[in-house]
Amino acid sequence: MDIPWAVMLIVLPLAAGLMAFVWPRVAQTLVLCCSLAIALAVAGLALQLWHHGVFHHALGGWEAPLGIGLYADGLSLVLLTATALVGMGVSVYASAYFTLDDAHHFWPIWLFLLAALNALFLSADLFNLYVTLELMGLAAVALTALSGGRDALAGAVRYLFATLSGSLAYLLGVALLYHAFGSVDMATLAGRMTPVPAAWAALGLMSAGLLLKTALFPLHFWLPPAHASAPSPVSAVLSALVIKASFYILLRLWIMLFGPFAGDGVAALLGGMGTAAIVWGSVQALRQTRLKLLVAYSTVAQIGYLFLAFPLAAAAWNAAAVLVLSHALAKSAMFLAAGNLLHFGGHDRIADLDRVVQRLPLSAFAFALAGVSLMGLPPSGGFIGKWLLLEAALAQGRWDLAAVMLLGGLLAAAYVFKVLGHAFTQAAVTHEPTAVPARMEWAALLLACSAILLGFTATPLLSLLEIGAPFGGSGP
Amino acid sequence: MSAAFFYALAGAGLFSIGLHALLAHRHLLRKILAINVMGSGVFLVLAAMATRNGIAIPDPVPHAMIITGIVVAVAATALALVLMLKLTAETGQAVLPGRKKEDNP
Repeated sequence: MDIPWAVMLIVLPLAAGLMAFVWPRVAQTLVLCCSLAIALAVAGLALQLWHHGVFHHALGGWEAPLGIGLYADGLSLVLLTATALVGMGVSVYASAYFTLDDAHHFWPIWLFLLAALNALFLSADLFNLYVTLELMGLAAVALTALSGGRDALAGAVRYLFATLSGSLAYLLGVALLYHAFGSVDMATLAGRMTPVPAAWAALGLMSAGLLLKTALFPLHFWLPPAHASAPSPVSAVLSALVIKASFYILLRLWIMLFGPFAGDGVAALLGGMGTAAIVWGSVQALRQTRLKLLVAYSTVAQIGYLFLAFPLAAAAWNAAAVLVLSHALAKSAMFLAAGNLLHFGGHDRIADLDRVVQRLPLSAFAFALAGVSLMGLPPSGGFIGKWLLLEAALAQGRWDLAAVMLLGGLLAAAYVFKVLGHAFTQAAVTHEPTAVPARMEWAALLLACSAILLGFTATPLLSLLEIGAPFGGSGP
Repeated sequence: MSAAFFYALAGAGLFSIGLHALLAHRHLLRKILAINVMGSGVFLVLAAMATRNGIAIPDPVPHAMIITGIVVAVAATALALVLMLKLTAETGQAVLPGRKKEDNP
């Protein structure tokens, strides 16, 4: 029996989103069922890929040059898994987080965002990637602005301009590639790529646009205000999934189209920006006095790790994929836990965290576990990813990159312990706590636990990644 | 130097002017217009490049892309305008506030 799981991954959240908009009463039930169904469909797709290899689907029966193709291999699967797991956690969390009025706005946009993310990870052509990128960006901006208020609106506007100009630069690159090579299908393009000027211009435009959307240093200016001022479940999704989507496109483009001719210079530049991101992001995180800003700057730093894979090339792609998944789980858990602390005390000033370890043990524990994965301590998923990256760096004699990874780990430990240190002690100003619903605590904790458990499933994960050899040059 | 090439060049020019305006102006409405100018530039490049290698019949695929792009641009502009209005209602002026206040809860 051949069920098109991949198509369901797009259709389900899209249909549920429309229904949630029309019938706000049933929206919450709908979202919870839908996020469960997405997780099941991802599992189904994983089995399908495991048995039959890569998945191809021509929408409406129209084949590649004219129609829109869907494609799934090991790399898509890892990103879809991240979306499904974080999606479930955030859906459960949000069901207790929002007031009724806010929830009516949140649920449909959240489902549209899920649909856009799933569609993006399944797209096989550059133009469809543009459309899904825009769908995702607009939904993400709308979610950022949801809480109203001056900071959230200003953060959302800044985010909107960054994401729109990024997509337009990407689209201009697509136009150039189409003109030069007559296709937007990635597999077709991969066969036709030659280092003509149009290809170089496309490389520059598309990379610049996607780097802006991924918030790689020094293009990260929009990320901290947007991620820190959004409602906590939204911050979790933005940091865990939305920036990964543009990174995923960049990775695919690099491996399939640009990598072969761009050469070491561009790769070294990306690696250098990654290094700067790790150092700058970590130091900024350490300097923050507000918890959510600290977590947001930590994202800026962790994105840097993903780009260290570029100068290491083929040996490090699977490390980048594992890091994407582990960071998605750990960072969503961390933002949700930070949201709980914010809800509990009514503020997120780190210095005024008042004995939260005793009073809110599950959330503090979730924060610590997520921190373990971010630092890259065993047995977490973050450890596996950083270990693979370190191994690749040492094998190629790149001691400079290895040193940066270790420094980043130490700085991550410093900013995580900065928070935990204040969590144990009594603050100068005590406050009346607000009760935190159990669902919000457990959602954060379970996501943090899955970030740790990821470390134990490294072997099957790496063999799943091999499906379709996304890093072997073949691909869609 | 064909006519299509000049159109494409004009498109690239519009994109650059838009990008400059987006960075240079503070008023949000000007920034939104700048984004739209950038978009028009990209669409012009797409339309110009539909004529390939002197073939008389233009390629319809870029035209379909432009239409999709216009739909996206309209949606994005609507969202941007709503955000601008809300921000104006909140702060009293249609510019991005500076990032000075750190300590307000």
